[in-house]
Amino acid sequence: MELPVLNNTASEAAKGGCSEGSCGSTDDQMNHLPDSIRDKVKNHPCYSEEAHHYFARMHVAVAPACNIQCHYCNRKYDCSNESRPGVVSEVLNPVQAVKKVIAVAATIPQMTVLGIAGPGDALANPQRTFDTFRMLNEQAPDIKLCVSTNGLALPENVEEMCKYNIDHVTITINCVDPDVGAKIYPWIFWNNKRIKGREGAAILIEQQQKGLEMLVAKGVLVKVNSVMIPGVNDKHLEEVSKIVKAKGAFLHNVMPLISEEEHGTFYGLTGQRGPTNEELQELQDSCAGDMNMMRHCRQCRADAVGLLGEDRGAEFTLDKIEEMDIDYAAAMKMRAEVHAAINEELESKHKAKETKLVSIEGLRKEVTRPVLMAVATKGGGVINEHFGHAGEFLIYEASSNGVRFIGHRKTIPYCEGGDTCGDGESALDVTIRELSGCEVVLCSKVGYEPWGPLEAAGIQPNGEHAMEAIEDAVLAVYEEMRVAGKLAAKPDAAKKAA
Amino acid sequence: MAFEIIELCTNCYACEPLCPSKAIFEAKPHFLIDPDKCTECAGDFEEPQCASICPIEGAILNEDGVELNPPGSLTGIPPEKLAA
Repeated sequence: MELPVLNNTASEAAKGGCSEGSCGSTDDQMNHLPDSIRDKVKNHPCYSEEAHHYFARMHVAVAPACNIQCHYCNRKYDCSNESRPGVVSEVLNPVQAVKKVIAVAATIPQMTVLGIAGPGDALANPQRTFDTFRMLNEQAPDIKLCVSTNGLALPENVEEMCKYNIDHVTITINCVDPDVGAKIYPWIFWNNKRIKGREGAAILIEQQQKGLEMLVAKGVLVKVNSVMIPGVNDKHLEEVSKIVKAKGAFLHNVMPLISEEEHGTFYGLTGQRGPTNEELQELQDSCAGDMNMMRHCRQCRADAVGLLGEDRGAEFTLDKIEEMDIDYAAAMKMRAEVHAAINEELESKHKAKETKLVSIEGLRKEVTRPVLMAVATKGGGVINEHFGHAGEFLIYEASSNGVRFIGHRKTIPYCEGGDTCGDGESALDVTIRELSGCEVVLCSKVGYEPWGPLEAAGIQPNGEHAMEAIEDAVLAVYEEMRVAGKLAAKPDAAKKAA
Repeated sequence: MAFEIIELCTNCYACEPLCPSKAIFEAKPHFLIDPDKCTECAGDFEEPQCASICPIEGAILNEDGVELNPPGSLTGIPPEKLAA
């Protein structure tokens, strides 16, 4: 099956054009997809930027074994306070996993998607992974199933995966060149042997590409994840993006390398740095010329539960789910009602947006410079988080072409809500550093204390749009800035836009 | 002739299904090898399967107590950095 090529926001914006893809928000990218695919992704938080404000996902950690080693992964790691791929608190057997999924689905009806993403590789544990899927097909047929894999064992498992209605697969592809691969993958396990270096990387790459082609041929939606490793594959990822798009991948997610020394990974211990926010955005923008880019990934744990960016795993530990008695037939009814209500809300938002596109025409006549704004949200697509409670900020770019979502930046909550903030001051420093480049921070409330330092750093705090839809608020603030004469296009920006 | 899994094992299950002699079994606090069953894969595979997929350096020993995957051999991390 051929998937259509998506228009992309960056290149369209650069041309100053005004296709659906470049106006309004990034979720308009979905407008270019056929209905069948839009239906598949509209409630999938990891595939649709819009959906991730409303729908939740969970991973069950049934797959501890891995068939390759990556230099950004430490297989010894297990810490409940860490949020990143490959980290889990307890490995579950398939029966426990199904029990957990049902408990979560009944408690968090917005949970639409169950993925198996490790902590090793889903397809290096085929028995455990497929047992879980088989039982879920029988017991909870309203849950979408996904797999995330390094791709080595993908070709041999495509047939089996399709049996369980798995219609979303993520392959982590960091390179298409074995020389680059040799710097990322020290070994793979293949045909009963450990194969090191370039030779191993070449086999891995071949299997990934073959698996991608097979999935696309079967009509399965494929997302490609790539870890951006400065100096190793950063220049190479544009080529990766082109190739996977040509083969029919539907979304490309370039994620920053995480390489803290204390994680004990090869990269962490050898001083390999991750990209800066600016470097990441630049690469995402340049890949966007070729590919639909995902920018809302939170690089979650292999046992994460909840909306992206939140983790409610602690509510569903084995001993807690043991005590829950769930009538899934009743839960499924309730879930269907909740999903219908969310879909209705989204539909009416889409309609409102269509009307609004006309009203912002005026804004577009004048070429104004783009502005980055940070937003504090707990979900629902509205500004509903206090500045001091936000553990992350979503970053939006407003320009004369409309609003687009750029990514998210993690921070330490400035204040956990008490009167005394402990090291509040240094946490504020972290936030100000993370928000570099932003000129406005929108939140439901912002205290007196952080106000001054934020302003001094050139970031205008704004609590006037509490509970408003994010994109409306960003646009409104942008319009205020325009009226106040703060948006005169810089000469170079004007040239770019023209 | 038998290998041994020691406490460095992280219980990842990778070795267990590969063992041609079904000598590896899940146990607390970590997987173990039944020394009466282990053949070190002689006659089945060129290379011992458990030691070929195990991601943890030093977790599997041969009968002389020597690490089949010594420090640095799998991750490429120089042992002096590991110690630090």
